[in-house]
Parts: sequence; structure tokens; C-alpha cells
Amino acid sequence: MTLWKRFLTNRGALLGLAILIAVIAVALLAPVLYPRGPWAMVQRPFLVPFSTDGLPLGTDTLGRDVLAGLVYGARVSLLVGLVSTLMALLIGVPLGALAGFYGKWVDEGAMRFTEFFQTIPNFALAIVLVAILEPTLTSITIAIAIVSWPPVARLVRAEVMSVTKREYVDAARLAGLSNLSILVRQVLPNTVSPIIVMASLMVATAILLESSLSFLGLGDPNIMSWGFQIGAARTVIRSAWWLSFFPGVAIVLTVLALNLIGEGLNDALNPHLSRKGRS
Amino acid sequence: MSVLKISDLSIALPKGADREHAVSQCSYEIGAGEILCVVGESGSGKSMTANALMGLLPEGVRVDHGTAEFGGKDILRVSEAEQRALRGDRIAMIFQEPMTALNPLMRIGDQIAEVYEAHNRHRPAERREKALELIREVQLPDPEKIIRAYPFQLSGGQRQRAMIAMALALEPELLIADEPTTALDVTTQAQILKLILDLREKHGMAVMFITHDFGVVAEIADRVIVMRYGEIVERGTAAEVLENPQHDYTRRLLDAIPTGMVPQSVEVAKAPALEIRHLKKTYNTGGGLFREARAVRAIDDVSLTISRGEVLGLVGESGSGKSTLGRAVVRLVTPDSGSVMVGGTDMAALNDSELRAARHKVQMVFQDPYASLNPRHRVMRALTDGPIAKGVPKAQARDRARELMETVGLGADAVDRFPHEFSGGQRQRIGIARALAMDPELIIADEAVSALDVSIQAQVLDLLRDLRQRFDLSILFITHDLRVGAQLCDRIAVMQKGKLVEIGPVSEVFLNPQHDYTRTLLDAVPGGGWGQAAE
Amino acid sequence: MAIAGAILSRLLKAAITLLAIAILNFFLVHAAPGDPAAVLAGEAGAADEQMIADLRAQFGLDQPFYVQLARYVGNIVTLDLGYSFRQGQPVLELILERLPATLILTLTAFWISLVAGVALGVAASARVGKFTDTLITGTALLFYATPLYWAALMAVLVFSVQLGWLPGFGYETVGSGFGGLARALDILKHLILPALTLGLFFMAVYMRMTRASMLEVAQQDFVKTARAKGLNPATIRRRHILRNALLPVVTLAGLQAGQLVGGAVLTETVFAWPGIGRLMFESLAARDYNTILGVFLVSAAMVIVFNILTDLVYRLIDPRIGHKA
Repeated sequence: MTLWKRFLTNRGALLGLAILIAVIAVALLAPVLYPRGPWAMVQRPFLVPFSTDGLPLGTDTLGRDVLAGLVYGARVSLLVGLVSTLMALLIGVPLGALAGFYGKWVDEGAMRFTEFFQTIPNFALAIVLVAILEPTLTSITIAIAIVSWPPVARLVRAEVMSVTKREYVDAARLAGLSNLSILVRQVLPNTVSPIIVMASLMVATAILLESSLSFLGLGDPNIMSWGFQIGAARTVIRSAWWLSFFPGVAIVLTVLALNLIGEGLNDALNPHLSRKGRS
Repeated sequence: MSVLKISDLSIALPKGADREHAVSQCSYEIGAGEILCVVGESGSGKSMTANALMGLLPEGVRVDHGTAEFGGKDILRVSEAEQRALRGDRIAMIFQEPMTALNPLMRIGDQIAEVYEAHNRHRPAERREKALELIREVQLPDPEKIIRAYPFQLSGGQRQRAMIAMALALEPELLIADEPTTALDVTTQAQILKLILDLREKHGMAVMFITHDFGVVAEIADRVIVMRYGEIVERGTAAEVLENPQHDYTRRLLDAIPTGMVPQSVEVAKAPALEIRHLKKTYNTGGGLFREARAVRAIDDVSLTISRGEVLGLVGESGSGKSTLGRAVVRLVTPDSGSVMVGGTDMAALNDSELRAARHKVQMVFQDPYASLNPRHRVMRALTDGPIAKGVPKAQARDRARELMETVGLGADAVDRFPHEFSGGQRQRIGIARALAMDPELIIADEAVSALDVSIQAQVLDLLRDLRQRFDLSILFITHDLRVGAQLCDRIAVMQKGKLVEIGPVSEVFLNPQHDYTRTLLDAVPGGGWGQAAE
Repeated sequence: MAIAGAILSRLLKAAITLLAIAILNFFLVHAAPGDPAAVLAGEAGAADEQMIADLRAQFGLDQPFYVQLARYVGNIVTLDLGYSFRQGQPVLELILERLPATLILTLTAFWISLVAGVALGVAASARVGKFTDTLITGTALLFYATPLYWAALMAVLVFSVQLGWLPGFGYETVGSGFGGLARALDILKHLILPALTLGLFFMAVYMRMTRASMLEVAQQDFVKTARAKGLNPATIRRRHILRNALLPVVTLAGLQAGQLVGGAVLTETVFAWPGIGRLMFESLAARDYNTILGVFLVSAAMVIVFNILTDLVYRLIDPRIGHKA
């Protein structure tokens, strides 16, 4: 595929892909690497990185292995990022598609609804939702999905509107196809590229959101995550910088990787084949 | 004495383009006060020379060879600063798309005054006075108001006048006009052409006029060069080239242009294929809580009939409602009132499911060859989706698709290809095949050849003419181009502002127009020469 | 006339939005596990039985659902956001006390990020593909991937703990007895790190948007017209490209306002900045839902006000809006 080829010529995207594959591998292998889990107290607390064999990143305030926490944290980040994005797509794509395709009052209603959610400060809403529903992996994922779908709905609506105006959609109507079949078979397939790009960027944003919630103490108390590690180490930053430094680096790298992939996809899907050279 | 002398000019395209040179080894001169038309189809390289002269070549495109002497200097080789000093001062340029050529956020007056600022002429207060004078000179209405207006408040023709005002600001010796009337309606085009001629008369500037339209050439040119694939294939005075073309290509181009000759219309008096009665459609725009709604009558009580086997041309300018009428007949637009009878069914009165079942009766051929086929579907699917939905067995639909592709001259094997593998003209053929696949009682062709180059246009028109004879088709042929209408149609209907102002056999309408608006339209057609019946 | 009408319609919309958020709050309270009165009173022990009984009566928990809803919304409409049993103060009072600090922080961060973001975006687009561009876009990409709170912590670590240049804690020096200008300077010093770290992410957002928009507008026909006039490149960039390129940036800035207010929760937490974000964080730990919901409502109101302002700015830049019939 030329798309794949174009993507592979993008050095940034390749770097992102490599980092992401590494993070995924680490997340999958976590139980193998650290069978005792991330909560086990393995040594005395506040061990400085690179000072003890087997504990390259030192230990935290309770003597837990920082690296083990990082490895398990990758699982949460990826899981929440992926699932919440899928949920957001499940809300945003149908809503945007219906609004863009049917127009008129359907559009009016759907867009007022979307605008409302877009007006609400989304991190604040996520905080309120998780705080009230009690912090669990499920409530966090749902909260992130609820605050992330409006941009999807707007994008899909705009794309569907633009595709629906094309003449081949008129032709499909004249062929006697039903509205649903026109929307699903003629219109939506032609809006997939920008949705994919947006989704990859959304996973990145969702990871940031999840880590921010955990940082504030709104993470699932039974699950180790990067945001939790940083939040727990916040008050000891003066004495134990590494406790918040390494999880932060892990977040930056993962989010950066996803952003690079998203941009690479965007460039590959929209090569500037604008009608140049014609006169 | 020549203003501009281009010698042996070659312009290189970037690697990977469809050819090496946009322009190769071209030499020509433009004399003082002379209008030179550079004619060619898309991709002929006709605009590239102009861009090179202005120092506005797109990225990656560069002058390879040759000189352009202007004011004693080779302006292709001067520094960027010197080139900038020339631009807008001694050489000015106007463009094709008046809708996008003006900065949407700046007042017209400021955009004109900016030319003086760029070249450090006059004091700021005087610049405004000068701008006002220019606005008057290009005959824009209500100059005091126009100078403070923003581009979106002006029509296309008015914007093009504003562009011309800018170009005239410093009395250039050479005006380059790159398809300046292509995007305009025919009556507006006629006004702009007249304005350019008047201004040439008054200021004595030379004009390099780039166009694809030989009709425009006939109106305006002193001398002509014809370009193809970056080379000059013909040159001469306007009379020489138009009346006695030497090169094959020029001859083909001229032949492809629908002439002023009006065919004698065929007598068609069979049962009606389409009967429109008192059709009305009004659009309400801009209605809102705090805004006033405006009603636009797109179709204002139109009645007409198309007989079986007849081709009715529907002509009008943009905003005349002709496309809305076409879309109302196929029920892509639902009319407010009136009836659209096709084979005994009132298309306007059907509910959704009845409509889907009756869709096949009327089919449409669309304008934009690049948007009328789903890029993700093979041609086979485009041609069979409709018949299968209508209940034709799959195998039969597929056989028919292959057969139709043969009929439109693309070959049965082409069904397995994707739209992007075809040229614009070929895609229009596929669009025609798609319409035929439904065995419609009526075909609406909405500007079906307008997006095509003139030689391709001629081929598609030939195909349509051939098909109507073979299949006894009834066609509503919507076009803004009277010349095209005259070629194919039996009768012509003229629309203006939603109303049907005149309808009759082609020869009657063209040779003896009854309505003032029809006369205006006919007079505005460039290259004129109407009023002769074919032998 | 058109502008007045537009403002009126925006205000109407804003009122409806706030009302909807109040209703949303009501449902959230009911969605929480447990008795709404107990939920609003906070964790057991914070409120005694009498208080809970009072709350029940106030909410009319014995009444039909719609009556409860009407009462709740009615309270909010009359600016009664309830009482924080944790803090022993009405929520509105608590919020108003803290609001100025948040406004100072978010507005400073907003202006820094917008000005720097647009400037860098213009610089990058002017040298597209060259080293400067790569450097700027690369840095922006990095900021774009950095969690706000982590950037804040690292800034504290470097500039406050290690280098000792700037205070990393609080709004002003406690017990300094500064007055007038000295106090203002003291607050300014405390403001630098929080505002910068809050602004970094948004700077990256604006930079990327500005760059993309500049490059797109540069391709448009009217820029060619400007060049054909003989204008110099700097004037073309400023007068023709930048002004048009700013339109989507303004739209984006309006949309991002909500994120900025949300981000303040994190920044204020790290820097112990006494604003409503910090208040929210403290209320989370105390499960003081009345305050959490109050802060939520007020931050939404801030976003709405901000959106109206950006809308007006947009109207000032783009003559097409408001003229169209």
C-alpha cells in the first residue's frame, strides 16, 4: 500500500511507532517481568536510582520498586486510553454522522447537545464524574469518554456534510438506495481517514487525562498508574526527585509516540497532491 | 514597438510532473497597446509564462532558459527587489477567481490604496482620493460606498472590476489577464471584456489575455497564439487564426466550438416524457432569532413539457434557478407546490418509499467529473448499485454494465477499475452509462460538459447525440453555455430569476428571440455571429 | 444593532447552558452512591444528624422528583450554591474568595501562551522546513505531550529547589508584611512558574494551529494578488496572511478556555496557589461534594464568559460575521 509506504518514510512517525511498540511490549510482559506485582515492598524506602542491583530506578516512599510500578502503569495508561477512545468514537461518530447527514432539526439538536458538552470545562467534568461515581477503572474510562467525544462529533459532522454534498451521493439517491445504506456505504467510508487520525491523537489525550486524574488521587486505588506514582511523590519532591521524574518521562514518551503516529498518519493520508502543475 | 519580447523561453516543471517543461522554447512579442490572446486548454502551459513574468511561479517551477525583455531589461533575471518594483507598477495582473482573489478582511478601498503604498506613491490621504477615482473609472456603482465595502458585499463581476482598478492604479504598460472572465456569467463577462477594451483604448496599455475560449478571442484579440503541451502551435492576427487556422490542433479546437449556426429543429410530437405544472420552490435564508429571513424564489411558477425523444435545453445564468429545477424533477429537491409528471407518476407527490421505487424513472448526469463517482467504488459497483436496488438480478446487472461501458466507448474491461484511473471526459462517460443503466424515461444533464475542455466537450456531446438517436432518449439539458445548448437541443427554455422567460424551438429562440433577457444573453455570447441558420 | 442582537442571543444561550449544567449537577448528586443529603454534607462525621435532617428538608427529599429538581435549580439561580460543612462557610463565599487568584493565574497563562504561541507559529511558518521550524515544532510537540502537573513539578524542582530563583509555593510570601508595589512584585514572582507551566501546553496548541493556518492561508489567491501588487513579503505576511490565519486560532482559543480552567486545578495543586482549582482539590480529599459542584458550575460560567469574549473578538476581526443576512 502506498499509504503504508508514505507512513514509513516519515522518520518521526517511525520513532513514535517504535516507542509505542516498546510500551505495548512492556505492558504485556509486566506479569512476567514482575510476578509479584507493583505493590510489593521489596527494599527499604527512598533508595536512590542506580544505587542498588535489581532496582535500577530505586524505591518509593514505601520501599516499592519504581520500575515495577512503571511497567504496570503502562497497562493502565494504554488500556484506559484505548477503551475510552473507542467509547468516545461510539458516541461521537453516530451523533456526528446523523447530524451531518440529516441536517435541519436533527443537526440543530445534536449540535446544541455537543456544544453544551464542549462548553463544560472537560477536565473539571471528568473530576466531578469520577469523584461522584467513586474512582474505579470503569468510572475513569467512562468519564474520559464522556468528556472526549464532542470533537469527534463535530469532525464527523463536518466530514459527512462535505461528503454528502458530493454528486456521487446524489447519484446514490437516484439509484434508489435507502438513506441508511447511503450513509453507511457511500458516505462514512469516505470520512474514515480523518477519524483515524483524530482517534490516535485522542488516545494520547486520554492518557494525559487519566494520569492527571490519578495525580489528583482520583485513580483506581487498586491499580498502579503513572499519575498515581507522581501524585504520591509530590510532597517529597525535594528529597526524592526520581519518584516523580521517571513516571513523567514515561508519560511524555508514550504521549509523544502517539502524537507522532497521529501526525504521520495525517501526512500519509493527506499527501499534498493538490492539483499543482496544471495551468 | 514591442513592450515585451519573450525569446526562446522554457520553464521547467519539478521532477515527477507529467512532462519536463511547462513551457518550452516559446518566443513572442506584445506591441504597445496591443491585446495578445494566449489560448490553450488546461495543461497547455498558457498561464505559466505569465506567472514567470510576474515572478510568481509556484514552488519547484523555474525558468530554465530564455529571456523576457521589458523596458530594456530581462525581467526574468533581475533581483527580487527589482521584480517587486515592477509588479503592480509597470506590469499588473488580474486573475481568474474574483471570489478568492481579494483579501476577505480588508476594505476594497484599502486594497486598492495598497498598490500606491507598495510603491511609495502619494500621501496616505491622496491615496484614498486616487482609489475613489479608480473605482469610478471601472464603473463600480456607488463609489463612496464601495470604497468602504468588504469583498463579500460585492458580486463576482464587481470584484473583478475592483481587481482591474488595482491593476490600473499605476497605469501599467502591460496588463496580464489570466482567464479573468472564466468564472463569470456570460452577461457579466461581456461587460468586463468591454471594460478591458475601453481601458486599453484610453490608457494605451498592452494586454496579455490568457483564455481557453475562442469566443472571447474573437471579441478581444488583436493577435493570437495557440499553445498545446507547452509549445506554440499557431500564431497570427485574430482574423488569420480564427478564419484560416493552419495547425491541425487549432482547427480541431475551432471545430469543437459550437458555432453560431443553428440547426433546424426536428419535429417531435409524441407523448410527453415530462410534464412540469406550476412548479414552485422558495428558499428561506438567514432566518434566526435576531435576523431577518430572506426568501429567494428559486423556481417561480414554471410549467413546461418535454416530449418523448426530445432534448430540451434549459439555459440561464447562475442563480437563475435552472439547476434547482433539474434537481426538483429528480426530487433531490422537494418543490413547495406544483407537479412533475414522469410517465404518469407525479414525482413531486411521492412519499419516501414510493419515491425510492420510482427513482429509476429519471436519472441525472452531473457536472463535476471528479465528484460524481465514489472514489472507493469500482465502476462496476457504480453501474450496478442502482439496478440491483431496483430488483434486477445481479448477474444481469453486471452484464448490462459491461455492455454499457462498450456503448459509451470505454470498453467492457473498464468496469473493474476505480474512478481515479480515468480522465475527466472518461468519467463523464461513466456517469452517462450509470444513468442509462437504470433505463430511465428521462435524463437530466446538469452542466454535464461544463467542466470539460472544449475538445473533450465536443466528444461527450457527440456521444450524447449518438445515444439519443440510438435509444430515443428524452433529455433535459441544463447549461449556462448557449453555444452548447444550440448544438444538442431541439428546443430551448430560458430561465431568469426563477422564472421561465422564453421557450421555443432552437432556431426560433436564437434567430428571433422574443424576450429582452434572451436577447441580452445572446448579445453577450462572446464570438457572436448568431442569427445565421444552418444551410 | 447586529452586535447588540448577537450579544443578547449569546447571553440567552449562556443562561440556558448554565441552567443545563445546574440540572446536570442535580442528577450527578443523585447518581452518587448513598443518600443525596449525606452526599452533600460530606463524609460522615463532618455533619451531624441535625444538619442532614435540615438538608433533607431543604432539598425536599420527601417530595416528588421534579419538586426536588426545581428546588435545586431554584437555589442555584438565586446564587445559593449550598453550604460547605467541611469549611464551615457557604460555597459561594468560599469560591468568591478564591476566584481572583484563579483569574490572575489563568488570564496570565492565557496571554503568555497565546502571544508566544502565535509568535512562534509565525516564526516557524516563515522558515518552514528549515532548522528554526524543526526546532520550534519539535519543542511544541514535546510540550504538547507533557502533563501539566509534571511540568509544574519539574519547574519547582529546577527553578525553586535547585536554583532557588523563584518561589515554588503559594501566592505571596506569608508574613512578609509587604504592601503596595512590593506586594504586587512579590505576587508576580510567585506567579511566574505557575503561569508558565500552565501556559506551556496551550502555547504548543496555539503554535501548531498558527503555523498550519499561516501555511494554508499563504496558498490562497489573495496572497498572490498582494504579491502581484509589488508589496514586500513582510507586509504581505502581516497584513494579508497573519490576519486571516488568526481567525481559526481565535476560535480555538475560545474552545481551549475550558481546558485552561481545568488545567488550573492541577497547577494550583502543585503550587499551592489559593484559587478555586486548589479549592476543588482540597474538597476532593474531603469529599465535600457541595463545593466540588460549586467550583464546577463557576468554572463553566467562566468558560462561557470567555467564549462570549472570543466571539466578540472574532467579530472585530472578521467583517463577514454580523453582516450576513
